[in-house]
Amino acid sequence: MSLDAHVQLGRGDFSLDLSLDAADGNTIGLLGPNGSGKSTTLRCLAGLETPQAGRIDIAGVTVVDTDRGIDLPPEQRSVGFVFQDYLLFPHMTVLDNVAFGLRARGESRQAAERRAREWLDRLEIGDLASRKPGRLSGGQAQRVALARALVTDPDLLLLDEPLAALDAGTRASVRSLLRRHLADFRGAVVMVTHDPMDAMVLADRVVVLEDGRAVQTGTPGDVARRPATAYVAQLVGVNMLRGRAREGVVTLDDGGEIRIADRAINEAVIVALRPEAISVHLQHPEGSARNVWHSRVSGLEARGDLVRLEVEGPPALTAVITPAAVADLALHEGADIWLTAKATDLDVYPA
Amino acid sequence: MSATLATSRRRTTPVPIGALAAVGVAFLAIPLVGLLLTTPWSRLPELLTSPVAAEALRLSLITSLSATALAVVIGVPLAWVLARAHLPGRTFIRALVTLPLVLPPVVGGVALLLAFGRRGLIGQYLYDWFGVQLPFSTAGVILAEAFVAMPFLVITVEGALRGADPRFEEAAATLGAKRWTILRRITLPLIGPALLAGTILAWARALGEFGATITFAGNLPGVTQTLPLAVYSALDTDREAAIALSLVLLAASLAVLLLLRDRYLRGGSS
Repeated sequence: MSLDAHVQLGRGDFSLDLSLDAADGNTIGLLGPNGSGKSTTLRCLAGLETPQAGRIDIAGVTVVDTDRGIDLPPEQRSVGFVFQDYLLFPHMTVLDNVAFGLRARGESRQAAERRAREWLDRLEIGDLASRKPGRLSGGQAQRVALARALVTDPDLLLLDEPLAALDAGTRASVRSLLRRHLADFRGAVVMVTHDPMDAMVLADRVVVLEDGRAVQTGTPGDVARRPATAYVAQLVGVNMLRGRAREGVVTLDDGGEIRIADRAINEAVIVALRPEAISVHLQHPEGSARNVWHSRVSGLEARGDLVRLEVEGPPALTAVITPAAVADLALHEGADIWLTAKATDLDVYPA
Repeated sequence: MSATLATSRRRTTPVPIGALAAVGVAFLAIPLVGLLLTTPWSRLPELLTSPVAAEALRLSLITSLSATALAVVIGVPLAWVLARAHLPGRTFIRALVTLPLVLPPVVGGVALLLAFGRRGLIGQYLYDWFGVQLPFSTAGVILAEAFVAMPFLVITVEGALRGADPRFEEAAATLGAKRWTILRRITLPLIGPALLAGTILAWARALGEFGATITFAGNLPGVTQTLPLAVYSALDTDREAAIALSLVLLAASLAVLLLLRDRYLRGGSS
């Protein structure tokens, strides 16, 4: 196991207690709201902060073991760190920034600069070598930061919100670039993000962190389809309904009920319903859909080329429809509508 | 039409303020103009190469540069501690560092004498054990100049260290840099401009030092008589020499101002 870590840390009201492991070549997406302990975890792995209790092994080297009093400083760990705002050294050229890690580890200037140039070329920014960081765009700075972190060939790569500082257009291109290079990287990667898209595209496994605890771990697909907490559901844009299943009907905790396909389930469950799977009608619909709700529109919000429709409930739901449908149905806040969802479109799993 | 009138009226300076400001400009400018007008320009080379003047110039250069070096060597670590270390009594230390800025230099000189004089707190041991005598020596001049000049450096560098983002140092550590490398290649370059400005300020202050020097080190030509002291002595005996030496100090001050113009002359416009 390339990364095997358990960290515990308390600070005032906040406490962190998290186990993380990753095999070589695997990317863990650490997903969570602000203040959930994501960045603190990264800082503990890098050695910028010391956990109060725990143990961290990186590629077989124990860098932290509070029982044995081991706590290696950052410079003795085989870790590359890409900071959220990159932290490129402003007084050095791009080439010197990238060569810095090799020079600090005792390589000759020539050798360090040769390897730095190789990395700049790999990231298609060889022509920026003599620039100062102040004259780079966000996407360029991100590539330099990545080159600087990877040039020392670390066993563990840490990415702190790698795409958060970029505008939407740059984001997509840097995301695919990052995907290519993470695939080539032989070590383990831990990436902190609060953007589910980053986690879906880049991570092999997602760990959802809330209040310093892992509340859900799974493949990106699992987490997106079957969110375990309201935070994740909201993040991935899925309707999450809690309730009790009995003979094919779930009585929802917040009122109302919903029909599911499996009559055998008899326990507390979570029902996940994708907004796209909900149809919107002005009259009571004819048809085979098992779930029909009569409700009222409480909000409309444009999201890209679709519109998110908030419905009062119970159950309170979010549906996604096209702007054309909004116009055809003359939808507005307070409008009276009918919603349908097929039982087969529901994902039901134990709470 | 009325709009332009309104703006132009608001821009006009009230007469009393304008008049007093003009007095202020004159107050600062007239003495300097007087100095320039009375300068015996044709005799300048001769005056500045006279033995006393040349000696004072040489001595001032040596002592002010040595005092600046001393201030940098002990002032930068002091600034680092004030900016970064969590030590008790930091407020007290900062007050102590700032004190020479407002203390009358002559008081500084008296205090130095009481500490490093032959009977002084430390001076008696320096003399008894090592035979070192600081008062009335060139080393004493350096000490006096460093005493008054160091605060300029410490305060400038401390401010820069506070302003520098410590996360750059963290980034360097994750790249494998040890503390010394980080200090040399990250921290010092980041505060470089402030360090340079502080050094120049400290040097200017050391060059002009008078009160503490004459009190602690005396006024011995060739040993402790620096430029300002030579100006003071020459004023009674050779007025033209005093003016010529003053001109040198004025030129040095203007040079410092030019070097630091980005920091101090752009005041409101930036």
